[in-house]
Amino acid sequence: MQITMMINGRRVIDDIKPDMLLLDFLRAHGCYSVKRGCETSNCGLCTVWLDGKPILSCSMLAVRCDGHAVTTLEGVEQEAHEFADYMAKQGAEQCGFCSPGLIMNVLAMKKELQQPTREEINHYLAGNLCRCTGYMGQLRAIEAYLQEKGGEQA
Amino acid sequence: MLHIQQYVKASSLDEAYTLLMKNRNHQILGGMQWLKMQDRVVPMAIDLQALHLDEIKEQDDYIEIGAMCTLRQLETSPILLKTFGTLIQDSIKDIVGVQFRNTATLGGSLYSRFGFSDILTAFMVLDTSVVLYHQGEIKLSDYCKMPYERDILTHIRIRKENILTKFLCMRKSATDLSVLNFAIAKTETNYRIAIGARPKRAELVVLPVSYDDKQIEEALSHITLQDNMRGSKEYRKALVYAFVQKGYIALQEETTCR
Repeated sequence: MQITMMINGRRVIDDIKPDMLLLDFLRAHGCYSVKRGCETSNCGLCTVWLDGKPILSCSMLAVRCDGHAVTTLEGVEQEAHEFADYMAKQGAEQCGFCSPGLIMNVLAMKKELQQPTREEINHYLAGNLCRCTGYMGQLRAIEAYLQEKGGEQA
Repeated sequence: MLHIQQYVKASSLDEAYTLLMKNRNHQILGGMQWLKMQDRVVPMAIDLQALHLDEIKEQDDYIEIGAMCTLRQLETSPILLKTFGTLIQDSIKDIVGVQFRNTATLGGSLYSRFGFSDILTAFMVLDTSVVLYHQGEIKLSDYCKMPYERDILTHIRIRKENILTKFLCMRKSATDLSVLNFAIAKTETNYRIAIGARPKRAELVVLPVSYDDKQIEEALSHITLQDNMRGSKEYRKALVYAFVQKGYIALQEETTCR
């Protein structure tokens, strides 16, 4: 069936099967930042924004996004680079496989929460798993990033 | 792996119900978080997202919530917070992550009456009814005892009342399914206690406002607890008694309740 979707501000029209997942659709259209992880809706690797809200693209049918706007890491490159600098300063990255999903959710949190506490940050990001870092470096990077950039719009 | 052969965005509930009843393998789509992990062929997936079932409306006597509301909408709703305290919020906030809760729906969680459902336990202690397209309005506590019958859950309605509430749960790790869910509400006439993840569907116990240990023992003896990979029957029983005490104390302190 034919769908029309805005991907990172670019209008995409395609014929797809009804059970194609958004994750596969996005990767087929060049958004390789979107990673396949657990496929059980737990790890957050495949996080993208649907109409500005973070969702798991491994659990969303592409046909359900017909007429909607999807944003991936490629669509927020500048902000992603900024945050990645904070991650690098804190040694918060190891293999980096979970970073695109984490960054998308951190940027979503920045838009949604005003000056979140550490507890609120932990809670908001509970759906982003990292098997390398132990999270402390990430948490330091997020706190520093929000402190310096928190008032700006993502 | 889930295979969907045809996808239909229903333009009315009547159309959705007619399509649903045409084939027993036709499927209404909720948030799909559970459905997508199944290994089956769905000849037709019916989507309700165009039917405006994603609103939380406050009426004079009750709150009405559309089945396509996401768990995140419920978690952040000022109407639900104002009316029922943090009960709903507390039952939702530990379900996986924000991204999951932005797509998981009320209808998907309640229609199937999953034993592990956190919100089923919370809604049980409120005066909640489910509204089914074909069967009409049914008390949630009765709906929980009914066998599966193909229908479409369109809304739930929660009667407003002067109530204090508390939700508690035990998880082995953050974002995991609960070993046990527990909700307690104090109304002007009684205490309502719901126990979920027993591991089966949540059950409701009603006690008088001034209950004694014997009454609680008697009431809880009718709740069947079982073993599963998350916990033993004995562990769950110990949790139930601990939660009854914790819940009771919280309601006396009125710290997180309305």
